[in-house]
Amino acid sequence: MSPIEQTPMQRERARTIFQKGAPGRRAFVCPELDVPHVDVSELLPERLRRRRAPRLPEVSEPEIVRHYVGISKRNFDLDSGFYPLGSCTMKHNPRLHERVAALPGNARLHPLQDAERSQGALELMWGLQGALAEISGLPHVSLQPSAGSHGELAGLLLTRAYHEDRGDRSEIGQRHKVLTPDTAHGTNPATVTMAGFEVVKLATNVDGGIDIEDLRAKADADVACLMLTNPNTLGVFDPNITEIAEIVHGVGATLYYDGANLNAVMGLSRPGDMGFDIVHFNLHKSFTQPHGGGGPGSGPIAVSERVAPYLPVPVVVRRDDDSFELDHDRPKSIGRLRGFHGNYGCFVRSYAYIRSLGRDGLKDASEAAVLNANYLLARLKEHGVAQYLPLAYGELCMHEFVLSGGPMNKELQVKTLDLAKRLLDFGFHPPTVYFPLLVDEALMVEPTETETKETLDAFADAIAAILKEAADDPEIAHGAPYSTPVRRLDEVGAAKNPVIREVLS
Amino acid sequence: MLAAIGVGSLQEIFERQIPEPVRLGRELDLPEGLPEQDVYEHLRALAARNTSAEDELSFLGAGMYDHYVPALIDMLMERSEFLTPYTPYQPEISQGGLQVMFEYQTAICELTGLPVSNASVYEGPSAVAAAAYLAKLHNGARRIVASAGLHPHTLQTLRTTAHGFGMEVVEVPLLAGSAGGLTDLDAWTAAIAADGGGDTSAAIFAQPNFYGAVEDAAALSAAAKAAGGESGSGGHRPVVIAQVDPITLGILAPPGECGVDVAVGEGQSLGNRLDFGGPSFGLFAAREEYLRRMPGRIAGETVDVDGRRGFVLTLQTREQHIRREKATSNICTSQALNALAGVVYLSWLGRRGIVELGELLLARTHYARERLAESDGVEKLHEQPAIREFALRLDADVAAVKRRCAEHGVNPGVDVHELSGREEDRGVLLVAITERRTRADIDRLADVLGAAIALERQATVTV
Repeated sequence: MSPIEQTPMQRERARTIFQKGAPGRRAFVCPELDVPHVDVSELLPERLRRRRAPRLPEVSEPEIVRHYVGISKRNFDLDSGFYPLGSCTMKHNPRLHERVAALPGNARLHPLQDAERSQGALELMWGLQGALAEISGLPHVSLQPSAGSHGELAGLLLTRAYHEDRGDRSEIGQRHKVLTPDTAHGTNPATVTMAGFEVVKLATNVDGGIDIEDLRAKADADVACLMLTNPNTLGVFDPNITEIAEIVHGVGATLYYDGANLNAVMGLSRPGDMGFDIVHFNLHKSFTQPHGGGGPGSGPIAVSERVAPYLPVPVVVRRDDDSFELDHDRPKSIGRLRGFHGNYGCFVRSYAYIRSLGRDGLKDASEAAVLNANYLLARLKEHGVAQYLPLAYGELCMHEFVLSGGPMNKELQVKTLDLAKRLLDFGFHPPTVYFPLLVDEALMVEPTETETKETLDAFADAIAAILKEAADDPEIAHGAPYSTPVRRLDEVGAAKNPVIREVLS
Repeated sequence: MLAAIGVGSLQEIFERQIPEPVRLGRELDLPEGLPEQDVYEHLRALAARNTSAEDELSFLGAGMYDHYVPALIDMLMERSEFLTPYTPYQPEISQGGLQVMFEYQTAICELTGLPVSNASVYEGPSAVAAAAYLAKLHNGARRIVASAGLHPHTLQTLRTTAHGFGMEVVEVPLLAGSAGGLTDLDAWTAAIAADGGGDTSAAIFAQPNFYGAVEDAAALSAAAKAAGGESGSGGHRPVVIAQVDPITLGILAPPGECGVDVAVGEGQSLGNRLDFGGPSFGLFAAREEYLRRMPGRIAGETVDVDGRRGFVLTLQTREQHIRREKATSNICTSQALNALAGVVYLSWLGRRGIVELGELLLARTHYARERLAESDGVEKLHEQPAIREFALRLDADVAAVKRRCAEHGVNPGVDVHELSGREEDRGVLLVAITERRTRADIDRLADVLGAAIALERQATVTV
């Protein structure tokens, strides 16, 4: 495949907004000073004042628009093409959600508005809490955490509060361990450390689930929690989940559900029914927030009865007269994890999504996500692909699957990284690469339910074509990509001598 | 598709993978799905039950502010290319987003006067907690000394998270009285110096503080460093952390020039709408020595194989997806789109605009403060300089006064006691003045508030 012809904008050397404009140029027109003039030095003493204006850009509005529209075209995005990034659930973002989030009653609503004058927002939050409780099978919800990793932190702080309240963690040394499988998202062990616990890794068995013997050996009275993703990052639903829950509860620990992969099981299986005590949701994944280039996200949590007293404040409650309020009066609460009530703008979008799909639609979404993943997996098991990119674990998968590029690397001298870069030339965002860590040259594929069979076929064909091409000439993949605004970048050099801002004159 | 998979039905895929006992054998107890237009009408009806800044004359602030968001921000944030990708893991096709991060970092460094910035964290209070964690990683000490001038949500967030990573929070009061309003410098110094100062990991204050007063940031920083002292048992100086409001930094001395080590803050005032409290973004800037312990994404400049300038996510060995339990933070998804709004807003304001806007806010805030304090039953909580927000003490119940004002379509501000829970905050009203509040608006507030207080005092006397 020949490199795609580049547009002049793509070829132009990257110049930042700070390198554009001219002295005195501007976009903002300041409202007039309609109050009596008072010398600034009278209102703000010299020693508290800034001496030199910050060297922000000096640009006109048309320049700003051209600049940002121009650099936007150097981004690949979900609206332009297939984005099968594993564990990220890049499903379509309905534009209705943007419209309703932008209604002035939402967008210009101040978080400290009185409850009686924010009843619509509180009702929406209450409705979302209820829906998340039903979907997870865990009755009590806090919408506050800002993203999945923030939800994880909330969950472990809840776990700590729960054990402390039972007198089960009176001093350091008790309940200080958190078990995480080696397939866990990196946020899990990172959160364990931030919450003041120690990580104990669990092995994965040949089927891709938790190694039960390893769990039995490590589950003891020092364990505070097991953090689990189910289906896990291999796309495997752990068949022993009930037994795992029994073992964890048997030693008095809590069971935490990383909800990153909830898109596989909505309306089909519920974390609460599996025995989990705490779950976080990634509203930006399962409940389709636009991912924004890396946020905003939203990471509500749902918990069982025994953990509920410790939930962060505030939570939305319904009073006897059917009005809604924020309840701050929760004596055992862990407190607050951020300002105000959470990412309400995200709540609006996910609430709209849940109301659009309804009970059948959510189940259909998960079923289609799993169907699409299995179909794509089947296409990639065809001759010419599976020998180089075998499925790492299992036969079927849930909403995502992990291939190993080990044989490809060995036989074709093409690494998973090369395959990923070559996919860029075919117009696809590559799957997640080199994760989970236990799979050699991992390639983690999550197509989501909003892709058509034609797209899945085109992707499978592209993989086959790249492998065929690589068998003839691996150098093509080694040099890829060719058609992108820039080609492979020197990441080592960037880290060695970090240049993380423009030098201003 | 089923044939290709080799199964007879969709159900078979699930039956073969999900054990029967944990399969949900019923429908979810949720309403039926709705067509798009019905969902729109439902959400429109809900939104109509909220009284937004569009519907009343609002002086609410205390952490989030009704600044004007220019139209070009809406347009740019809605572009698919910015709205719908994820974290730029593949830099060759993510140069737009990476360059935005790089520009954002440049703007935040310039505003704060600090040499390094990440590409955003969640929001204000959790940014302060993240900075405290950075301090713990940096010096390993256990005590966080925090000014009571921090936002109550910041103090609460700090306590919640610090309990997790094994630190204690010591709160330093503000000076009382009309000459007060600022962090008590003696108490600040004493708290930091306790036990020789070696146990103090971080010293944190807000600029301007929660009650609107502009602190003497240089004095607080210098005192913290002297009190912690290298002679302290821990052999380190505390990390000085300031929670700043970026929109004031056009006129206020930048934290980097005041001896601050880490500047964090709520970014909402920079081009982000209120959204009932989120999403917005948190800014996070620091001195060079903290670079390799910063949380979050950082974009760095580099070149591609053809020598073209490009940007990548850099210093990723700090991050959870590489370092797992040894990561300097657990943050993954952050607030990239909101940070985009922030840097576009700063470009729109520009070098002169941010100063002009700061001076306008300063002048109108001064006018409002003097005008409101003329009313009977109203006095200034303190006399310190204020830029965009100030606190008043009312000789009447704030909630009752607010209800009376609401009848006239005016929301006079935040009931501070309700937010902070502090006994001494009873009767305190926090009033925010953005550039959207004109002199006429302020005059109206003064009239309505004055009348409401008079009526309320009358009613109380009668009772």
